[in-house]
Amino acid sequence: MVLDLVPLWTALLALAVFYYVVFDGFDLGVGLLYGFAPNEAGQAIVMSSVVPVWDGNETWLVFGGLGLLAAFPLAFAIIIPAVYFPILIMLLALVFRGVAFEFRFKHQGLRRFWDRAFAVGSAVATFAQGVVLGAFIQGFKVDGRHFAGTSFDWVTPFALFTGVALMFGYGLLGAGWLVLKTEGELQDWARRAGRLCLIAVVIAIFAVSIWTPLANGDIARRWFSWPNIGFFSPVPIITALLAVAEWYALNRRQELTPFLGAIGLFLMSFIGIVISLWPMIVPFHYTLWQAASSGSTQAFLLIGTLFLLPIILMYTAWSYWVFRGKVRGDVRYH
Amino acid sequence: MHLDPVLLSRLQWSWVIAWHILLPAFTVGLASYIAVLEGLYFFTGRELWFRISGYWTKIFAVSFGMGVVSGIIMPFQFGTNWSRFTDATADVLSPLMAYEGLMAFFLEASFLGVLLFGRRLVPSWAHFLAALMVAFGTLLSSFWILATNSWMQTPQGYHIVNGRFEPVDWIAVIFNPSFPYRLLHNVTAFYITTAFVVMGVGAWLLRRERATEDARMMILMALDLLIILVPLQIFLGDQHGLNTLEYQPAKVAAIEGRYDTVSPMPLTLFGIPDDKAAVMRNAIEIPDLGSLILTHSWNGTIKGLKEWPADQRPPVGPPFFAFRVMVGIAFIMLFVVVVGEILRVRGRLWEAAWFLRLCPLVAPLGFVAVVAGWVTTEVGRQPWTVYGLLRTADSVSPSLTGTDVAISLALYIVVYLIMFPTGIGFMAGLVRRGPQPQESRPELVESGRPRRPFEDAARAVPDS
Ligand code: HDD
Ligand code: HEM
Ligand code: HEM
Repeated sequence: MVLDLVPLWTALLALAVFYYVVFDGFDLGVGLLYGFAPNEAGQAIVMSSVVPVWDGNETWLVFGGLGLLAAFPLAFAIIIPAVYFPILIMLLALVFRGVAFEFRFKHQGLRRFWDRAFAVGSAVATFAQGVVLGAFIQGFKVDGRHFAGTSFDWVTPFALFTGVALMFGYGLLGAGWLVLKTEGELQDWARRAGRLCLIAVVIAIFAVSIWTPLANGDIARRWFSWPNIGFFSPVPIITALLAVAEWYALNRRQELTPFLGAIGLFLMSFIGIVISLWPMIVPFHYTLWQAASSGSTQAFLLIGTLFLLPIILMYTAWSYWVFRGKVRGDVRYH
Repeated sequence: MHLDPVLLSRLQWSWVIAWHILLPAFTVGLASYIAVLEGLYFFTGRELWFRISGYWTKIFAVSFGMGVVSGIIMPFQFGTNWSRFTDATADVLSPLMAYEGLMAFFLEASFLGVLLFGRRLVPSWAHFLAALMVAFGTLLSSFWILATNSWMQTPQGYHIVNGRFEPVDWIAVIFNPSFPYRLLHNVTAFYITTAFVVMGVGAWLLRRERATEDARMMILMALDLLIILVPLQIFLGDQHGLNTLEYQPAKVAAIEGRYDTVSPMPLTLFGIPDDKAAVMRNAIEIPDLGSLILTHSWNGTIKGLKEWPADQRPPVGPPFFAFRVMVGIAFIMLFVVVVGEILRVRGRLWEAAWFLRLCPLVAPLGFVAVVAGWVTTEVGRQPWTVYGLLRTADSVSPSLTGTDVAISLALYIVVYLIMFPTGIGFMAGLVRRGPQPQESRPELVESGRPRRPFEDAARAVPDS
């Protein structure tokens, strides 16, 4: 037997997805909040806070997608067609939002339009990602190696709910980022926005935690049977503590903590989902091992990944370092 | 009306990839050009290089942004529309695409921020390094995506288990028979495409007597590159074709418009192909020349399409015409650069107003040739996605209905028709502004950061 690489790939993919959610999450969140920023100067600063980094953040979406394709191709081939329209909508929204960074600066006349494209694009892309998440948690209709449902199976109250929930979640991340990157009045505004999002996020986490086990007996048994309930009870407790800490951080004069607290809340939700679904990658049909690509495929890609990922993280960190500090003006090069 | 998900998915794929390829065709070349300019500036300290580089960097930023957003759409197409293809080939192809992401996209995306906004925030060597890294990233990107595509054209290094391809030999998978040709022919095409744009813009600026020194330098640099690359490209194209003849003879038959096997084979210059009747109507032919070009002998035999069963023949029209467009453009290009060099050697380049007027007209030809070349390649490969092994019709996601794909295709068309013209318009605006002398104040910031980085960066660059 050769080495089983599935656990390692699972960890890597989880890392990539989590990295994406936090980092593109905050810049999508900044886009969501953009439309509500107090005035034009404020808006310019809000956008500038993500201009140099959004492209790198979005690259993790590509890597997450390609990583899923490479490590668990069966999951990719079943899940992506199942969420055909949410993916389509997300991609198109990302197009609008992405080019808005470039176009907004250049054309006064069309500026309004691209401003709106930035805000609405961010909101729609986030919603679509939340829908994908909801559809994933609910599971798919599968026949052999194919998705067997229709392209509209994802339209369920639960998936629409997670779509809206994620908008508040990314909003919270974005607010945390803005607290870190801005000062004065604008920062006060970001704190207010953050508090609003936090309330919604807490409600959403609570709702999903009740909704999922009610809808699915296996998940309920996973959480509430003995001794699991003992192992897993720290998850809701820590989440609750984090939410309280986040509230205080947003109220006090803390600069970095609101962003970290938001990441913490996402991490706990992520752990919660993993506990519910493990070891499924196509809920509730294929496990990680059943959907894995051949050992040779995983090994071939792993060599490069283990070598390149640290380097990527290093130069990503460098590019964040170059643009560190408070944003005080419009970043532009045109 | 019956909507066919296969046909519509093919149209959708063609639509999104044809737009996407235009951007790499430009950014691969431009990234290298900017790296060269940054290098010249770094080593000589001449203001001129700094100005030209700053000018093209702004245009680069717009095209790169569009390249990224149109590119992110691409890998998801494999899942949304081609899930059966994905399931069958992922074990072999997915690492190649994942390596593109790991090696190329992260490199480009991370260093791009520094290249565009970091001029004041990092020491000049680091800025040069960023330019080099972005250029290197675009080339790595080409390497991996063309390896992927070439494997689909000429698969090897696999075996088939339960209808799925499994890798056996990775070196054989990556360096499959058509890959070296495709890589060289494409990268050369990208450099040529960019050089024609640079030359066209230079000539346009020169005729308006803007930034004359910069414009002349652009023209000279482009011309020197092109006089080498255009003949090279014609040679590479010939070699690429011979390789195709060996591995995909049906594609060559379609390119040549040959239904019947004849020996010696004439060269068909033009005609109207009729796939149903399997005849070329109104053909204009030159005797024997086809054999000479393809077999390098006067009476070599080339198989006609009738040697294949009807359900294994590619359609003739698109590859036949697209190929002629590409080759025609190659010879127009050759004419332009040879004339340009002659004028230059005679010292009359700057007086030849007609030549300076011609350059902007031929500037977009590279893009046309690139798309035409890809139409030749991809339609000539039909009806297969993995040549000879997996049919296009068996590659589509089974859950899709015609209506689903019709909706998505319509949305892609609408969005692209908003985005691309706007982007091209912006780039045209940047071109028209010309290089900006006031931007060339490269006072160095101390190697850390200035006290207020963004404010400084904002002040350093004038408003648009
Ligand atoms: C500036 C662009 C450009 C120019 C001037 C040429 N080509 Fe080209 N050609 C391409 C850009 C291109 C391309 C877009 O890059 C293609 C598409 C797929 C590929 O591998 O390269 C291509 C494909 C392609 C193919 C298809 C190979 C296959 O699919 O298997 C052939 C046979 C040739 N070329 C031959 C030529 C010849 C004989 C040329 C000159 C006389 C020529 N090309 C000029
Ligand atoms: C970048 C330049 C490319 C262009 C312009 C291009 C264009 C096209 C076109 C026009 C077709 C349609 C052929 C037909 O329907 O008769 C096609 C088919 C296809 N190409 Fe490409 N292609 C490109 C690169 C690639 C690459 C890099 C890949 C894979 C990694 C790829 C994968 C496919 C697949 C799977 C099909 C079959 C689906 C279909 O028929 O539309 N192509 N391509
Ligand atoms: C199936 C076909 C293709 C897929 C799936 C694909 C995928 C992608 C993706 C995901 C991006 C965005 C990268 C980012 O986030 O930074 C991108 C950009 C890019 N792609 Fe493609 N691509 C395809 C065809 C091609 C071809 C044929 C080439 C060149 C030979 C190419 C070269 C590039 C380059 C250089 C970029 C960087 C952006 C730019 O320079 O415009 N791609 N591509």
